[in-house]
Amino acid sequence: MTSHTTTPLEYKTQQSQMNILGFWIFLGAEIVLFSTLFASYFVLEHNIAGGPAGGDIFVLKDVLIETFLLLTSSFTSGLAIHAMRNHDKKGLLIWMIATLLLGAGFLYMEINEFLHFIHEGATIQTSGFTAALFTLLGTHGAHVTFGIVWISLLLVQLVRRGITEKTSSKLFIASLYWHFLDVVWIFIFTFVYLKGMVM
Amino acid sequence: MSANTSRFPWNLLVGFVLSIALTLLAVFVAFNTDFSKSIILGIIGTLAIFQALIQLFMFMHVTEGKEGIINVVNMIYSVFLALVIVFGSIWVLTSGHASMH
Repeated sequence: MTSHTTTPLEYKTQQSQMNILGFWIFLGAEIVLFSTLFASYFVLEHNIAGGPAGGDIFVLKDVLIETFLLLTSSFTSGLAIHAMRNHDKKGLLIWMIATLLLGAGFLYMEINEFLHFIHEGATIQTSGFTAALFTLLGTHGAHVTFGIVWISLLLVQLVRRGITEKTSSKLFIASLYWHFLDVVWIFIFTFVYLKGMVM
Repeated sequence: MSANTSRFPWNLLVGFVLSIALTLLAVFVAFNTDFSKSIILGIIGTLAIFQALIQLFMFMHVTEGKEGIINVVNMIYSVFLALVIVFGSIWVLTSGHASMH
């Protein structure tokens, strides 16, 4: 990789380095934010108040589709940054658009899943379990939605200005954000869905 | 791809394949084994941590850049806070401490 011999473009200026470092610190705060939502969920998950429990409403097939969509989108955003470091604007654009499409597919699945939950009688007001569930999943889904809008706007900049010190650092930061959402989803998949269906 | 394309991003492909494999392994352990529930939870939890580490090191390159060590320390501290919040909440609110008179 060229990145081992020369500094990648997104790290060229002091300002870019500080932006990337600052974003890592923000991700640390995001870890704490999601940990509070996980904590609420684990405390409340058994309080179903006569409504459905996790095992009654989770559908393994749909959850697996969501998981694979998000895992693949994390991979394609990694490929986009790889293309960016080879100064391949077209590759960067194509892989980022693939990432956005996979992210949109994930959102489509998740919204349908929410409608399914509501159809099964699990709304956000049904019980402590459903309130914590919708808050945790909804916060993650809102992050994905924000990421799609953010990256779309960055791609407009990319098309207009090309791969510069500024656009490369912005896209690199957005890719960190996207990978982070996949990390959060891994824990939702394991400790909300799998745990809910097995326990 | 342009003419100065560097080598194929094997680390990304390996990370991706491992992520898919670990996900399927977690599903298999959860639904097709006879382990007790707490052992299943321990195994799939460990698999989730491995997946998170794959994202951090193979996709996000957490150690990269001049501030790599700061990133790592920051992530470790954030994970420590997350564990304190999650296990502390469960301990205080569901282990009977809340209902003691």
